[in-house]
Amino acid sequence: MATDLIQFALYGAVLVALAMPLGAYMARVFAGEAGFLRFIERPIFALAGIKPEQGQHWSAYALALVAFNAAGFVLLFLILKFQDLLPGNPLGLPGLSGQLAFNTAISFVTNTNWQSYGGETTMSYLSQMAGLTTQNFVSASTGMAVAAAVARGLASRQLKTIGNFWADMVRATLYVLIPLSVVLALLLVWQGLPQTLDTSLAATTLEGGQQTIAIGPVASQLAIKQLGTNGGGFFNVNSAHPFENPTAIANFLEMLAILVIPVAFCFTFGRMVGDKKQGRALFAAMGIMFVIGLGAIYASELQSNPLYPANVVSTGNMEGKEIRFGVANSALWAEVTTAASNGSVNSMHDSFSPLGGMVAMLNMQLGEVVFGGAGVGLTGMLLLVIVTVFLAGLMVGRTPEYLGKKIEAREVKLAALTLLVMPIGVLAFAALSIVAGTGQSAVLNQGPHGLTELLYAYSSATGNNGSAFAGLTVNVDWHNTFLGLAMLVGRFGYIIPILAIAGSLAQKKTAPASSGTFPTHGPVFVTLLCATIIIVGALTFLPVLALGPIAEQVSIAAGQSF
Amino acid sequence: MSKTSTTGEIGLFDGAILRRALGQAVLKLNPRGLARNPVIFVTGLTALLVTLLVIRDGITGAATFGIGVQVAVWLWFTVLFANFAEAIAEGRGKARADAFRATRSTTRAKTLMDPARRDIAVPKDAAALVEGDVILVEAGDIVPTDGEVVEGVASVDESAITGESAPVIRESGGDRSSVTGGTRLVSDWLVVKVTAAPGNTFLDRMIALVEGARRQKTPNEIALDILLAALTLVFLFVVVSLPVFAIWSGTQIPVIYLAALFVTLIPTTIGGLLSAIGIAGMDRLVKANVIAKSGRAVEAAGDIDVLLLDKTGTITFGNRMADAFMPLEGVTVHQLAEAAWLASLADDTPEGKSIVDLAQKQFSLRGDAAKGASFVPFTAQSRMSGANLADGTAIRKGASDAMLRHVGLPASQELDRIVRTIASSGGTPLVVAEDTRLLGVVHLKDVVKPGIRERFAELRQMGIRTVMITGDNSLTAAAIAAEAGVDDFLAEATPEKKLELIRAAQADGRLVAMCGDGSNDAPALAQADVGVAMNSGTAAAKEAGNLVDLDSDPTKLIEIVLVGKQLLISRGALTTFSIANDVAKYFAILPALFVTAYPGLAVLDIMRLGTPASAILSALIFNALVIVALIPVALRGVRYLPASASALLGRNLLIYGVGGLIAPFIGIKLIDLLVDLLHLA
Repeated sequence: MATDLIQFALYGAVLVALAMPLGAYMARVFAGEAGFLRFIERPIFALAGIKPEQGQHWSAYALALVAFNAAGFVLLFLILKFQDLLPGNPLGLPGLSGQLAFNTAISFVTNTNWQSYGGETTMSYLSQMAGLTTQNFVSASTGMAVAAAVARGLASRQLKTIGNFWADMVRATLYVLIPLSVVLALLLVWQGLPQTLDTSLAATTLEGGQQTIAIGPVASQLAIKQLGTNGGGFFNVNSAHPFENPTAIANFLEMLAILVIPVAFCFTFGRMVGDKKQGRALFAAMGIMFVIGLGAIYASELQSNPLYPANVVSTGNMEGKEIRFGVANSALWAEVTTAASNGSVNSMHDSFSPLGGMVAMLNMQLGEVVFGGAGVGLTGMLLLVIVTVFLAGLMVGRTPEYLGKKIEAREVKLAALTLLVMPIGVLAFAALSIVAGTGQSAVLNQGPHGLTELLYAYSSATGNNGSAFAGLTVNVDWHNTFLGLAMLVGRFGYIIPILAIAGSLAQKKTAPASSGTFPTHGPVFVTLLCATIIIVGALTFLPVLALGPIAEQVSIAAGQSF
Repeated sequence: MSKTSTTGEIGLFDGAILRRALGQAVLKLNPRGLARNPVIFVTGLTALLVTLLVIRDGITGAATFGIGVQVAVWLWFTVLFANFAEAIAEGRGKARADAFRATRSTTRAKTLMDPARRDIAVPKDAAALVEGDVILVEAGDIVPTDGEVVEGVASVDESAITGESAPVIRESGGDRSSVTGGTRLVSDWLVVKVTAAPGNTFLDRMIALVEGARRQKTPNEIALDILLAALTLVFLFVVVSLPVFAIWSGTQIPVIYLAALFVTLIPTTIGGLLSAIGIAGMDRLVKANVIAKSGRAVEAAGDIDVLLLDKTGTITFGNRMADAFMPLEGVTVHQLAEAAWLASLADDTPEGKSIVDLAQKQFSLRGDAAKGASFVPFTAQSRMSGANLADGTAIRKGASDAMLRHVGLPASQELDRIVRTIASSGGTPLVVAEDTRLLGVVHLKDVVKPGIRERFAELRQMGIRTVMITGDNSLTAAAIAAEAGVDDFLAEATPEKKLELIRAAQADGRLVAMCGDGSNDAPALAQADVGVAMNSGTAAAKEAGNLVDLDSDPTKLIEIVLVGKQLLISRGALTTFSIANDVAKYFAILPALFVTAYPGLAVLDIMRLGTPASAILSALIFNALVIVALIPVALRGVRYLPASASALLGRNLLIYGVGGLIAPFIGIKLIDLLVDLLHLA
């Protein structure tokens, strides 16, 4: 156990040590100050007719974002649907069904990377590399652009514009995602990940049988899968697969890659708004929630299954975990991947103890704000900051303010709108699927565990996480459609309101802070923010969690299984 | 005229108001009125739905009838309690308004066709007056409506609106030219130009505001309403999807229980008290004799970053007062004091009186020496005043240069030194001479009001900067500013400089409050975020400001800021309390709903409540009663002591946040014990 804790501490320390300079660097990138790739950037801007200095009104920014994503969706949909007619398909895989192509295209455009399919048996190389990998980059940079625009909106005084989407998106890709991916891919190749255009290896098993093992350009796709909080694996079992995650170092590197950009954004934010304390406060709040989540998962996975006979000696709940990762690294990965809206897995969350699985699910249900997706995690957190500041800020006797900007009816209206995203995507859609009868038919287990499987899927989709609980057959028309809708609601239901808020705040005056201003840094605020997130999340989901994982846990404790 | 209850205290539980509020609470069930408050409106709909279901159960004889009736009753109580809270607040406002109304006249106005011909007055019904009419008001008349004095000087009894019984002077021109409807002329006559039609006077606006009749929701109230509506919607999703998940789990939840869960979750506490808080805030302002033209101004008062305060009357007493006698060499203090005393005995100015006071206090002088003296008043030509005593001695006091001219001597080094010292400390030197002999100097100084320094320190703690505005030169201003402890000052202030200062502060994103009375203050009053006009001031100033202080007391500005802050704090504290309450309600209701499906979920029942039915009923009862319990807090406002934001936040979070988490656990448990005892469920 001590070694586990040392590993956790080491992970945290390295993560923060990497994220702080990266955060500072990203602040320079979004200010247009990083210039070492200008020789590539300039021709791109010239070719695309982008004028990076030309700021956009929030509505123009949002429109550009939606149009870009819509175009990406159409392109990806066509590639997937017609991959059999396109080159780069050495295995001769058929085109995807319309429903599956729809679901997958949305999934990758929204940075969810929910996979209703098994990667190596469904996707041609062209689909993987030109289709999915492209979106792995640009869906992440879209989210990063949103964060940059929002930070800019908060920092500016009486401006009508919040930056240029095209410039932000290009810079995020060019200066952040591509360089980091190249470095990470090389490190992963060093750790033994395949990077080849060959399709398979033939191996002789210990019993002397012949086995065909799928391989391909794994390392390059893996790097951006983790860095861009995408999570869509090359292989069906994702990072539990030895070719996606061969060694302890690879495991460590991948976990770092998942969180480094979301964590760095806290620091980027602090710098962009000109007050590093603000960024550190957000980091602290997210960090506390992260540690609580990790502690809860780790503690519940250390328990052995109560249904085991008393004479079984157990080192914890090892069902669905790789022996090489053990409880600690499986728990850490589960917390990391659900806190960030990554969704890649190195163990099967379905087999976690009910409470361990619940924490992973709750991370998503809170709106993916514990670091969350690249960029969008930060902005999701800012929405909750606005709610917190508004609820409690009145208690200091002033109209609530954040960073000197008054939070008024328009901002509250928009932020309040986003409080509805999770209830709609998770509660309403999951309930609908039960009413429609597809919920039951597609789940593997009945009773509380089945309910958890269903909820997990919708939480993952709405949270744009993409991690799967397994146990639920999702490749049916109903789920492909509704999970697709949940992803859209969960993506644009947050992005558009926060951009509108940024636009509205950008136009406001900035009141200088005084001792009468509500302090948005320091331990009181951090505690308050955490409490608001937990209470809002708990009030929304406690009833259904009581019927799902909590009911399962208490039943198992009473000796009942489902 | 008695000091009417405008400034009086209305008891928190005044019997008459409570009785009327009970009736009002029922009348307020009118759906159109309820719809103004989304949370309570939804509660009303839920109550209606449950009532219909209970009637059905009664007809079919379903087993849930007994508990259903109780749930329905408590749901209606929840709505009624919210209405009751609002009705009490309005009732208190009405009581105050009635007190105002009682002082209003129904007399007829005397209109003048030609303002120059006071002898031809046409009687007209006061209610028929329109803006621009010119009326004559004579001694004994009650001013029929607000107006501006065009001609004449008169003393006016304004006790009806200010509670202050000493009459004040109102005259044409200058800064004391406005009269308020409802006040009474004690002497002389005035020709008044009507500036507000009856029904739209300040008094009428005040009545409307405190009665809540034409109360507009303030910006912050609207924003809070939106958030509460969104939370209601979130809980609607939770509750509507719940039966589906329950069926999956092999259990069924009666609709009545779902309704109870829904209403306990949605923020009924703050929803029910929100308008009462708003009305009560306005009421507190009126109690301080300040009329807000809109609720927005009160809210803005809480946000103020910079207070511009006139030096005279706010920071200092407004008059220079004698502070010390400083004799020249060869003269005793006693001699100087006596001479100054003699020279000032007939001097009516505050300065003169203060010299007399100081001399008497220090040397207990008697009136003998003054016998037979003739007094020489101050004139613009001589610029000095004094007395010619019976023995022919001429005593004079005046400004240093005038006195030197009077005695025909150049200033001695010593005199020069004394005069300079006084001037550089911000004081005014007054030189005294007996015939042609200079005796010494009286030090007149601006006296800073006691306690004002502490007040400014409090404001600083609250993050509010105070800026003193004065026409004095910067040397004098700096001295007073340092003594009073203001953060900054504007010396040699002109209306333009004031306006500039406000604009500069606003450009930095600060909110500025100021008060003013003169017409030349109007632009600055209009520019300021919170402009408090003095009621004695000109109509232009009153139109430009967004608050009017009936007492014409510039110190009020500080009180107004506190009222604004208290209003916002009350709202925030009760919102936090309301939401924190939900946690306990879940622990009461969820196990009750699910324990049949999963007996293990009894672990969530940490309150160990009697039965599922009693748990649900207890949570519902608690939810309804807490509204009533918090009515006094809503009306009085959350206790507020000036402090920094961090200190306020820490304190209020502890009381209303943590308290809000814990209180319902205890409350629900107690109610459950009672429910069990009475076998209600």
